[in-house]
Amino acid sequence: MPDRYHIHTAPVPGRFRRVGKFGNVDWREDCSRCTNCVKLRCNYDVYKHEAAYNRDPFAPVETLNECKACLSCVQGCTKGLLSISVNPEFLALGDEYWRPDILATTWNQSDAGRIPVSGAGYRGRFYGPGFDSIWTDMSEIVRPTRDGIHGREYISTSVDIGPKPMRLQFAPDGRMLTEPSRLLEIQIPAILDMPAWPVEGSALAQARAAAAKELKTLAVMTAADAATVRPELLPFVVPVVEGAIPAGVRMAEFVDGPDVAERAAGAQAIAAVRMTLGPATADRVVELYRAGLKVFHLVADLHGRERLEDGRAGRHIKDVLREVHGRLVKEGLRDEITLIVSGGVALAEHMAKAIICGADLVGVETPLLVALGCHVCRGTCDGACEAIAAESEYAAHRMINLMGAWHSQLIEVLGAMGIREVRRLRGEVGRAMFLEEIEKEAFGDLARVQGVSA
Amino acid sequence: MTTLGQSDWPQTPVEREVRLAPDRYRNAVGKYKIDRSSACVSCGHCTEVCRYGVHVKPAGYAFTLRPQGHLCIGPECAETPDSCVEQCPQKALTMRRNPAADCLGDPRWSSDLILSTWHMAATGQAPPPHLESRHGASGGGFDKMRFKFEVGMEEPVERTDPTGIDTGLDLNHREDGRPQVHIDIPVYGGGMSFGSVSIHTIVAKARAAAAWNSFTCTGEGGYPERLMPYDDHVITQVATGLFGVREDTIQRVRIVEFKYAQGAKPGLGGHLLGDKNTPAVARMREAVAGNALFSPFPFHSVYSVEDHKKHVDWIKEVNSRCLVSVKVSTPTDVDMVAVGSYYAGAHIIHLDGSYGGTGAAPDIAKKNIAMPIEFAIPKVHKFLCAEGIRDRITLIASGGIRTAYDVLKAIALGADGVVVGTAELVALGCVRCACCESGRGCPRGIASTDPELMMLMSLEWATQRLINLQNAWRQQMVEVLARLGMKSVRELRGAASRVLCYLGEAEAAQ
Repeated sequence: MPDRYHIHTAPVPGRFRRVGKFGNVDWREDCSRCTNCVKLRCNYDVYKHEAAYNRDPFAPVETLNECKACLSCVQGCTKGLLSISVNPEFLALGDEYWRPDILATTWNQSDAGRIPVSGAGYRGRFYGPGFDSIWTDMSEIVRPTRDGIHGREYISTSVDIGPKPMRLQFAPDGRMLTEPSRLLEIQIPAILDMPAWPVEGSALAQARAAAAKELKTLAVMTAADAATVRPELLPFVVPVVEGAIPAGVRMAEFVDGPDVAERAAGAQAIAAVRMTLGPATADRVVELYRAGLKVFHLVADLHGRERLEDGRAGRHIKDVLREVHGRLVKEGLRDEITLIVSGGVALAEHMAKAIICGADLVGVETPLLVALGCHVCRGTCDGACEAIAAESEYAAHRMINLMGAWHSQLIEVLGAMGIREVRRLRGEVGRAMFLEEIEKEAFGDLARVQGVSA
Repeated sequence: MTTLGQSDWPQTPVEREVRLAPDRYRNAVGKYKIDRSSACVSCGHCTEVCRYGVHVKPAGYAFTLRPQGHLCIGPECAETPDSCVEQCPQKALTMRRNPAADCLGDPRWSSDLILSTWHMAATGQAPPPHLESRHGASGGGFDKMRFKFEVGMEEPVERTDPTGIDTGLDLNHREDGRPQVHIDIPVYGGGMSFGSVSIHTIVAKARAAAAWNSFTCTGEGGYPERLMPYDDHVITQVATGLFGVREDTIQRVRIVEFKYAQGAKPGLGGHLLGDKNTPAVARMREAVAGNALFSPFPFHSVYSVEDHKKHVDWIKEVNSRCLVSVKVSTPTDVDMVAVGSYYAGAHIIHLDGSYGGTGAAPDIAKKNIAMPIEFAIPKVHKFLCAEGIRDRITLIASGGIRTAYDVLKAIALGADGVVVGTAELVALGCVRCACCESGRGCPRGIASTDPELMMLMSLEWATQRLINLQNAWRQQMVEVLARLGMKSVRELRGAASRVLCYLGEAEAAQ
């Protein structure tokens, strides 16, 4: 058995101003200065921290808006002078896909590198679009391998990228005709992808390369950025190239185009095709497979949707992936091909669900920026965002923490299902529950009523 | 007092009487807030105008007291000419939504649900109409179901006399010679271990269960001595860590529950943080104080349904009069699990859906792993019917049952009864801030073993709140059953297609 894969996380406080959900409202006019002040009894010392910040502007800023809305002070104040309210700035963060709670949990995971844990049950909507309409399975009583979560057994999260021949061929004289397979094994089913919108500064690319080395995965970047990376990081860099591949890299991406097969032919590294996800993706993958290409990086938009011919956004990746995966299974090609999908992977659960829908691994881009404090304001920062311009060592730590937390969460999902390696999760739709089917099965016999809002 | 089971302790009866148990904090939170400006001259006119007790000027007082805004019913009153706002000669009063109330809650437990639960726990009566007490705003599951009479689709039925409606339930349908266990309401309390919640919370739950002739559950954390006066209303849990399980604890109760998995963290096992493992908790669990305690997953003595039968037989051997409940989570094959449990000899199959749970759990597990209870109930009910064994086992559902209407919907979908957890904590003043684990522990003193924090709540008050909540729920249940023309809650089981409807897609998307 190989050494156990472990991501070394360590707390790294954010250097950006944190936007919290709740703000305290304090009317002081009527205060009776009673000796019994609820502010002193705050379970989380919120008032003390804020007072410290008021006295010293250089005190850590991340303590602002840390109120957890337990209402103890609001309900306990002798004269009822305190109130709290939802911070409108928090609600305005992100957009309808990159919701404020996603940004907040990503910040917390990047701070601590640990799984987010909370009490009192699930708090969100019953279901939603995209990945929020899938539940993953669990097993009640099963095999001894289930010990994985508590550390006695090993749950593998490694995946392979590269051409996978289905059989070996030999010449009559016994010589092997099949070329030795060049598989690239990475230890988490996620690679660190390029930002989905233009972001300036090579510090970010450096940080991704350094994080990829620590995480034993890969960082995709432009050829220009790759040229600036320290040589010892090159094996963990995947440049997007036109033709020639820089020495030292193990994998490169070629942007899809009419001549992509010729450009990628004879590459001395694993050649992947980077293509925009769309309705014709399945056909194109099969076509390129016939031309000798085996690794495909399918890029969806920021909200995880395909792009239609007319440029509009189409289905979510969960649906497109099931179609592409199903097509490749039907053609008998699936096991020879590596599918990477990126765009719209915002949470650890999306990584697991994309794999269930048929990807081998995912590309993560926006969450890496969010780890640095990005609000997904997209371009309104003009590429001059202070958060994203952070120096690379700090940025790499935050990214490692985030992916460490994601890795632990993936293990939770795999452990609950009784699956020992993430390779076996690919396309396992039988171990997931899809809203459309499960809702019909459960409530199909109920009368439907329109015109009453839920 | 004689005991119903085998307890060697004198059993303490608890009166089932509704008494006021107002909010234990100085300032109650309501949906609306009334502000009184300095223009007020304390004429006291508002105290005559308000019918809801917002304005009070006790005899002999020179000033009117601070408005009790939490009693205000909002625009429905404030926008009429008779309201305090309009009638105030000085125009010193204004009404607005309380921003603090907007900080409460989330789609599943909306602010209205929390406030209405508080109202029911305080008064024992159904909440006022300005609070939505029937369903949350999660846009799915129970929140997308309505009784047909709620949306005017009702077929005419003769209304039953509410006084005669039976909400009781028998829990033993096996006819195996073991005693019958009857509960007076189709609801009992979920397992919360000593260590995860304070002793006041545990004992209050047991006292309320005694008052309503129902049950509470110890969870996996041993059997505190203070529960023994209520042995007849306690379910003790045998879970994967076997913490605090002794022959004695199994023998003193009427129901023993195997916990295979729990909805909040299906397939993951339990985890008590080191900070919560105080010396008292450690003694009960026979562990070392200060160490984090893991309850592993799964039972390592059970890898097949035959092994499971061996487990059930073992408990039945240790206590020859108890019923056996099997608590499982909701995987895709939950129907097979239920049938397996029946053939292994279980009296009760308890399904714990994935959206519920009270304890701390990984967010990813709460949201994604295993199916919500709304899907699992009809799946299991239909399968047990097809197997011809539905009337020989009791099906109990839990995990996201928040209101009396949720209870009835779960029963209509095919459950016999339900288990509630979070709803009881909310009745005790939980705001669902989700910080059960951070810092010193629960800031409201409910889920904390911190000696100072747990004193925030008295046992008498907590008991009364839970008794009141059940009274209000029972009132609501009886009202619905009467409208449906039913004489017993047992008639409702599996009647979903007759009494429920499902809101269409277009609305759910809004």
